[in-house]
Amino acid sequence: MANALTIENLHKSFKLGFIPKTKEILKGISLSVEEGTIFGYLGPNGAGKTTTIKTVLGLIFPDRGEIRIFGQPHLAAKARERIGFLPENPYFYDYLTAAEFLDFYGRLFRLDKEVRTERSRRLLKRVGLERAADLQLRKFSRGMLQRIGLAQALINDPAFVILDEPLGGLDPIGRKEIRDLIVQFRAEGKTVLLSSHILQDIEMICDRVAVVVDGRILNQGPLHELVSEKILFTEIALSAIDPGSVAGLGEIVSVHGERILLKVFDDAKIERVLAIVQAKKGRLHSLIPRTETLEDLFIGIVKGQ
Amino acid sequence: MTIRTIALNTYKEAVRDRILYLLFFFAAATLVFSRVLALLTVGDRVKIIKDVGLASLSLFGTLMAILIGTGLVYKEIDKKTIFTLLSKPIGRGAFLVGKFAGLVLTLFVMLGLMSIIFLVILFLHSFRFEAALLVAIFYIFLELILITAVAILFSCFSTPILSSIFTLSFYLIGHTSWGLKTLIKKIPPGFGRTLARIAYVLLPDLESLNFKTEVVHGIAIPPAALVNGLLYALCFTAFVLALATLVFRKKDFI
Repeated sequence: MANALTIENLHKSFKLGFIPKTKEILKGISLSVEEGTIFGYLGPNGAGKTTTIKTVLGLIFPDRGEIRIFGQPHLAAKARERIGFLPENPYFYDYLTAAEFLDFYGRLFRLDKEVRTERSRRLLKRVGLERAADLQLRKFSRGMLQRIGLAQALINDPAFVILDEPLGGLDPIGRKEIRDLIVQFRAEGKTVLLSSHILQDIEMICDRVAVVVDGRILNQGPLHELVSEKILFTEIALSAIDPGSVAGLGEIVSVHGERILLKVFDDAKIERVLAIVQAKKGRLHSLIPRTETLEDLFIGIVKGQ
Repeated sequence: MTIRTIALNTYKEAVRDRILYLLFFFAAATLVFSRVLALLTVGDRVKIIKDVGLASLSLFGTLMAILIGTGLVYKEIDKKTIFTLLSKPIGRGAFLVGKFAGLVLTLFVMLGLMSIIFLVILFLHSFRFEAALLVAIFYIFLELILITAVAILFSCFSTPILSSIFTLSFYLIGHTSWGLKTLIKKIPPGFGRTLARIAYVLLPDLESLNFKTEVVHGIAIPPAALVNGLLYALCFTAFVLALATLVFRKKDFI
């Protein structure tokens, strides 16, 4: 499959401070995002995620390296016409109403008035803001700003959507709605580059991920290849038995009243725990095998660094 | 098309800025006050109204250009609205020219409204309309265009407060640099005169756009001075805008 984005050996440094001191932010980033996939870009604060995205968008000029969008140089107008972008903590022209705001961005893509009107109406409905069409953005909550930001990113019906922390500042329902929208983008054939701190969300929706730490990509690939499916341990929640009777079979994580949460690392010991519960007429509430998560992988990489 | 879209949006932004209305209110109050001032003066009252009126248009127009112009680009960077804007297929030069055109449009409308108030007050006093006043107002507008370009240049790399100080300095230097001409004539030939001459060439001369005295006192303006003023304003504005674009094109938006 062709790549929507290819970055090769990207370097960027800034001169910061009163007495300028050079700080290298990107130290040779290389990655590729296949068309029609959702790509998760992970990293701790200050790792270089936003700098990479801004460089792709032409907001920052790289010192070295090559960026191609759909095979074209990233600054080419043809490449940028196919991009939609939602920045982190978006701020917009707060004196405009939601409808005026989308109309303005539509004009920048030279869309006809009819197309602009129709698309604005459809997008406002899609992000759940149809009732706020005539409300000035200054009266929007953070979650609403995130939604209108997403709508502006889609005004040109882009083939490649870049979202920088799109789930930040949203309540659980809002997060789910945006997550569902991102999955819909893939179903529509769009490519998504998503940077986020919320690993659970990335794990749920991304096809491929890259982990960036201190300006370098330390791991990248399809999620199922990066995260091992081997069972790390089994979490068993039980009650109405003496904690001492199962203490030797695993690690007791917590005891709340009668309820015990036990971590068992050896599969053979699970049956022994179940036998004890049965013999002592206790109750089994849950038994959950835990495989490696993206969080485990991420923490492992960052700590290793 | 892109420049027009950005210009219209900038105009929309500027006319929703409260500071513009505050300045407009003070300008209108000063224009009305010129009528009161004329009543208290012995001599040609019409001249007083013209003098104070034209000075008000120039002063408040300049304040509008500086206070709004210095914040326009900086606000885009500070509020990060520029991130979504420049990620679209818009050239940085087009963005800057759009911003400039939007502010020029705002100043055109504001100066137009202030001029109407001024001309109406003058007409109510003298029952005469003098077309020569429009010449002075047109050159005030040219000066405002140049100041806008300078304000935008400074706001590309500096905070609004510093940009305002720099632009105000440009305005003050521009209106006092004519003194160098006299100095050049008075000092003997040599290093000092060459230095004064270089300084005069490098510094802005906004007095070449000032025809207020001639218009108020009914002195004929040589056509060459009008053409020189026009060319000077246009070339200087184009130069400053080109410089601003050069700075803006190389900027990293961290």
